[in-house]
Amino acid sequence: MRHSPRLPLYVTLATFLLALIACVAQFPAMLSWRVAANLLTDNAFLGIVAVGMTFVILSGGIDLSVGSVIAFTSVFLAVLIRDAGIHPLAAFALALGVSTLFGAAMGAIIHHLEMPPFIVTLAGMFLMRGMAYVLSTDSVPVTHEFYGWLQSLYWRAPDGGRFRLIGFLMILTFLLAMLALHRTRFGQNVYALGGSAQTAQLMGVPLARTTIGIYAVSGGLAGFAGIVYSLYTSAGYSLATVGVELDAIAAVVIGGTLLSGGAGFVLGTFFGVLIMGLIQTYIVFDGQLSSWWTKIVIGGLLFAFILLQKVLGWATTARIRPATASAARS
Amino acid sequence: MEQMAEPVLQATGVSKYFPGAIALDEVDLRLYPGEVHALLGENGAGKSTLIKCLTGAYARDGGAILLEGVEIDPRDPLDSQRLGIGTVYQEVNLLPNLTVAENLFLGRQPTRFGFVDHRRMKRDSARILAEYGLEIDPGRLLSSFSIAVQQIVAIARAVEMSGKVLILDEPTASLDREEVELMFSVVRRLTARGLAVVFITHFLDQVFALCDRATILRNGRVVGSRLLREAGQTEIVTLMLGRQLEAATRTPHEAEPGEVLLSFAGFGRRGAIEPFDMTIRSGEVVGLAGLLGSGRSETCAAIFGAAPADRGEARLRGLPVRLGDPREAVGHGLAFCPEDRKIDGIVGDLSVRENIVLALQARQGWAKPISRARAQEIAEGYVKALDIRLAHLDMPIRLLSGGNQQKALLARWLATEPALLILDEPTRGIDVGAHAEILNLIERLRARGMALLVASSEMEELVACAGRVIVLRDRRQVEELTGADISPDAIVRAIAGEEEAA
Repeated sequence: MRHSPRLPLYVTLATFLLALIACVAQFPAMLSWRVAANLLTDNAFLGIVAVGMTFVILSGGIDLSVGSVIAFTSVFLAVLIRDAGIHPLAAFALALGVSTLFGAAMGAIIHHLEMPPFIVTLAGMFLMRGMAYVLSTDSVPVTHEFYGWLQSLYWRAPDGGRFRLIGFLMILTFLLAMLALHRTRFGQNVYALGGSAQTAQLMGVPLARTTIGIYAVSGGLAGFAGIVYSLYTSAGYSLATVGVELDAIAAVVIGGTLLSGGAGFVLGTFFGVLIMGLIQTYIVFDGQLSSWWTKIVIGGLLFAFILLQKVLGWATTARIRPATASAARS
Repeated sequence: MEQMAEPVLQATGVSKYFPGAIALDEVDLRLYPGEVHALLGENGAGKSTLIKCLTGAYARDGGAILLEGVEIDPRDPLDSQRLGIGTVYQEVNLLPNLTVAENLFLGRQPTRFGFVDHRRMKRDSARILAEYGLEIDPGRLLSSFSIAVQQIVAIARAVEMSGKVLILDEPTASLDREEVELMFSVVRRLTARGLAVVFITHFLDQVFALCDRATILRNGRVVGSRLLREAGQTEIVTLMLGRQLEAATRTPHEAEPGEVLLSFAGFGRRGAIEPFDMTIRSGEVVGLAGLLGSGRSETCAAIFGAAPADRGEARLRGLPVRLGDPREAVGHGLAFCPEDRKIDGIVGDLSVRENIVLALQARQGWAKPISRARAQEIAEGYVKALDIRLAHLDMPIRLLSGGNQQKALLARWLATEPALLILDEPTRGIDVGAHAEILNLIERLRARGMALLVASSEMEELVACAGRVIVLRDRRQVEELTGADISPDAIVRAIAGEEEAA
C-alpha cells in the first residue's frame, strides 16, 4: 500500500460529501443556492482567519491571538470611521497595517527570544482584546455610505440566494494562499519549518524571515477577517469573536492538516470550514436541536481526525521496508 | 594514483580547546581528489570535533584550512556547504514531510514567473538520482523510502550543492548489509567523478572495503596516516587503541562450568546485531569483546529485552523463552547493569536503599511493598558484602562516587538473586582500586554458580575474568576464544580479522 500525503485531504472531502448527503437526505431544501450563499457569507471571516492559521499550523506553530485581532480590528475600524471621520478604505489599510505588524512582532519574539508560540500568542490574545476594550467597551455601529455600497454588492442566484462580496473575498484569499503555499519558495519553507526547524536551518531555510513572515500573514489575515466581520455585522464590538481562534484551529485540523505541522493543504481548510458551517446549518434547519450540538459534533470530528493522523503516522513508519527492493538497483 | 595530485582540502595544525581539555592538537589532514579517506579513532578521539572545525560548526582555535589552495574560514555548516564541503550525518538531515524532489531542491528551487516549477524540479531530480543508481519517483514523500535511500538523497543534495568534498559521518550506522553495498556503490561513483570523500565509521571491514587512505586520531592527535592497501588491520587497530599489548595476568578458572542456562539460536535484531548462536552456562563468565559499535551493547540489550530481538529463539534451561521486554527478562532471573549508569541505571535523587531494592520491588509488583525494615536489611547486607562506602543508607545515590554507584547498581540486581547477570562496561569511569574490587566480585559471583555476561572494551579486564570470550566485529560474532587462548593479543587479532584477511 502506498499512502499519498493527500489522503487526509481526501478524507476531509469524503466527510464533507457524506455530511452533505446526510443533510440533504433529511432536508432536501438544504440543496439550494440560498443555503450555499449563506454558508459562504456566514463563514467568510472564519475562512479567512483559518487560512492564516493553516500557515501557522503547517509551520508547527499556533496563533491564539487571531480572535482578539478580529475584534480589535472591528472596533478600530468603527472608531476610526465614526470618530475620526476617516474614509473606510484608508481605515482598512491602517487596520491591515496594524494587524500585520502585530503578527510580525509576535513572530520576531517567537524566533529571536526562542519563546513557544503558544505563550507569545496567548499574550497577544490578551493584549489585543484589552486594546479593543480601551477603544470602546460598547458596540460601535458603522454607518457609512461606502459600507452600504460594499454590502450591496452581490450576485443573485436563480433561486434568490445572494452571494455577497465577503464570500468572494474568502474564496479569493483561499486561492491566493494556495498559490503562495504550494508554488512559492516561502510556501516550501513553511512546510520545511513544520518538518523540523533545525534541519530546515541546516538546509539553508532562513528561519527568522520565514517565522516572522508566517505570523505576519496570520496577523494580516486576522486583520482582513476583522474587516470582513465589520462588513458582515456593520459594527465594532470588543466582546465579539471570542474563541474564534479555536474554531479556526478546529477547521484547519478537520481540513486534514497535521496539528504538529509539516503536512496539510489550504484546500482542506476550506472544506474544514464548510463542514463546520454545514453542521450549523443543519441545526438551524432542524430547529429543535440546541446550538451546542455544533460544538459536540465538531469535538467528535476533531478527535476522529487527530486519530486518523496518528494511524497514518503509524502506517507510514511501519511501511518503510529495510531493503531497497522497491527502489534501487544500481 | 602514485602521481600525488594537489590535495583538494588541506588542513594544517588545526587545534581546538575546550575548557580544561585539548580536543584537537595540531591536527593535519590532506584529502586528495578521487580518494576515500577514512577518519578513525575510538570515541573521544576527536573525529567529530575535527569535522565540526572543518565545516565551521565550531570555531577552531588554531590552524588553517586550504580548499583548492585557497584559505577558507567557514562560519557555519551552511557557509562551508557553499564553499564546497558537503556533510551527511548518521541521522538523515532532510525533511521527511517533503517529497524527494523538494528535499533535493529546497532553497534553490527552479522557478518560472516567480513560482516554483514543480515539473522541472521532479524531472531534474529524477535525472540526478539516476546518476546515483536510484530509479525512484521523486514526487513521493521522503519518509516513504528506506533510510539507505534517504541517505543517498542526502548525499545527492550535498554533492549538488557543494561538489568538492563530501564528508560522511557514520552514514552506515543504521544500515543493513545490502544497503551498505548500495551506499558504497554510490560513493565509488562519486570518487570516479573526482570528488574527495571523508568517511567516518566504527566498522573496520567497511573501511578496508571502501577507503584508500586512513588517518587515525587518538586523544585529539593524529597518530598515523596510512595507505590502506599497505597497512594491515592489526596495525590500524593497534594505532586506534594505542596500547602496548602487555601480557595481562590471567586467573584461570578451576571449576568446570555447570548446566547450560541460556542458549540462543539465530538470535538477532535488525539494524543492531546480526543473528548469533550462543550458550551461557551457570558458573561461567562469558566476555564480549569488540570495538565500539561492534554490537557488544546491542547483544546485551537484545538478551535483556531492552531492545528485543526480532529473530531467532532463546531457550532457558532447555525450554523456549520469550525475552520481549526487560520485565519478562527480570521475571526469568536475568539482570542487567547498563553501560551508562547515569542514564539507564541509577535514580539519582532516591536514597541508596531505595535504589538497591528497586529491582526487587519491581519484580514483586507494586501491590506487595517491601517493608522498610526488610529493605534496610537487604541494603545493609549488600553494602557490607560489596563494601559500598557511604555515610548512611538514606543519602541520595548521586552523592556516591562512580565506583560506589556502580556497586550499588550491582547490589540492586544481586538483590533479585539473578541466574544470569549481564554487565555492560562494568568498570567504566571508576578508579583503579574499585576496578579490582569489581573484578573480584565477578569472580566470587561466578564461584557461587551465577552465570555472567560481561561486555567490555577493556581487553585486560576480559582476560582477567572471563572463561570464554566472544569477539564481535561489525555486529557479528567472529570468534570465540576459550581458556588459555584468551589474551589481549588474540583478541586484537580477532577484532582486526587477521585470519580472514590473510
